[in-house]
Amino acid sequence: MSDTVEDTVVRIIADQAMLEPSDIRMEQTLDDLGIDSLGLVESIFAIEETFDIQVPFNANDPAASDFDISSVASIVAAVRQLIADQKV
Amino acid sequence: MKRVVITGAGTINALGHSVPATLEAMREGRCGIGPLAFRDVDRLSIRIGGQVRDYDPEAEFNRQQISLYDRFTQFTLLAAREAIAQSGLCFQDQLAARSGVILGTAGGGVQTWDENYRAVYEEGKNRVHPFVVPKLMNNAACSHVSMAYNLQGPSFTVATACSSSNHAMGQAFNMIRCGMADVMVTGGSESMLCFGGVKAWEGLRVMSKDACRPFSLGRNGMVQGEGAGIFVFEDYDHARARGAEILAEVAGFAMTSDAADIVMPSQQGAARAIAGAIRDARVDPSDVGYINAHGTGTAANDKTECAAVAEVFGPHADTVMMSSTKSMHGHLIGGTGAVELLACIMALRDGVIAPTIGYLEADPECALDVVPNVAREAHVDVVLSNAFAFGGLNAVLALKRVH
Repeated sequence: MSDTVEDTVVRIIADQAMLEPSDIRMEQTLDDLGIDSLGLVESIFAIEETFDIQVPFNANDPAASDFDISSVASIVAAVRQLIADQKV
Repeated sequence: MKRVVITGAGTINALGHSVPATLEAMREGRCGIGPLAFRDVDRLSIRIGGQVRDYDPEAEFNRQQISLYDRFTQFTLLAAREAIAQSGLCFQDQLAARSGVILGTAGGGVQTWDENYRAVYEEGKNRVHPFVVPKLMNNAACSHVSMAYNLQGPSFTVATACSSSNHAMGQAFNMIRCGMADVMVTGGSESMLCFGGVKAWEGLRVMSKDACRPFSLGRNGMVQGEGAGIFVFEDYDHARARGAEILAEVAGFAMTSDAADIVMPSQQGAARAIAGAIRDARVDPSDVGYINAHGTGTAANDKTECAAVAEVFGPHADTVMMSSTKSMHGHLIGGTGAVELLACIMALRDGVIAPTIGYLEADPECALDVVPNVAREAHVDVVLSNAFAFGGLNAVLALKRVH
């Protein structure tokens, strides 16, 4: 994969928000980007498929999982952490 | 308009293989949810469910029947046998022509799809059993009940996800009420507890890995169940004329569509269905003593359902009891309203309110009397059964005690 993790996560989120990756800013929240709960679940699926990782996330209680979805930056950081943790 | 009563009930589900066994488990607050046991379960992240246990299809059906009956059809036929035996009805001549079957299922023969996709995709087979199509079709259970009992009147299957059996029973009720039929066999069935069925649900990220805890703080999702609930609905005069035992009266029904979101529930859609059923039954909200909740144990359903009940009942919301028996038998998806109607009949007939088990702590967003953990004795005259489906399709039944 030649993309950095950040570029790839931003592309996944941009696809979901129907925006250009250049329009996404790291401090934005999913709410800012118009991504609802269904869009979030779809983005997490895309992240799992792209990076071949398991994302611990239960839509009933997003705050209870370690996966921090509070901003684009926090999602990028969480994905980096999961890649590091789940590397075999 | 005709009055409609229930003269037979049957079930098989995770709590028991009959109505008495199921009601006993509900009274005791027993949990039928446990580790799932089927092929490839180790590849699932969700590994609990309300599976029907100690069930041997070969003890109930012969080889030819099993080749035609998916598990959801088997469950339907076993529950129908119990219900029709209790009703004491024998369908011949004019009665056969004026009696039908309306059933609900969301997925139909999911296990048959699963097994045969596995055979052709995973195992590379190029041939499947000749009866795959008649076995998996959603109306298979309905058709086999009609054949087994000679029911020749209006018969079809309803698929509205988690509301399927309430919609089916609502249709059966209205058909008798308006004089189109004298007797309707109705209810629903589901059997999605197989690798493909659970894998699909996992994707939505709404399933719990440990327990179904409706209305409780700390709830973390739904748990699937399987089984069937079948009832005999009958014209009141017909039932009285033959001296049948009446379990309850079906007094009202309403259905609404949220017209809003494919998965998120809506308070107004649910409230309109609840209020509609009360109006249709010609009772007052203050007459309603018990509500069998949809109560899935998801964050979204439970708070929305409580808000809808509070909106419809106003100050009376504090005195009505509401429980979710999904905490015990799991969510039977298209069959769920049918198994849950048993709790409604138990409330009316036996004066026992089934509990919401697995309840840990009060959630301020679900501040109603949800009959936590322990069954309660109470005298109630009118009860409701809620079902709110994915896709925003809501169906609520109202039952009354018959004096």
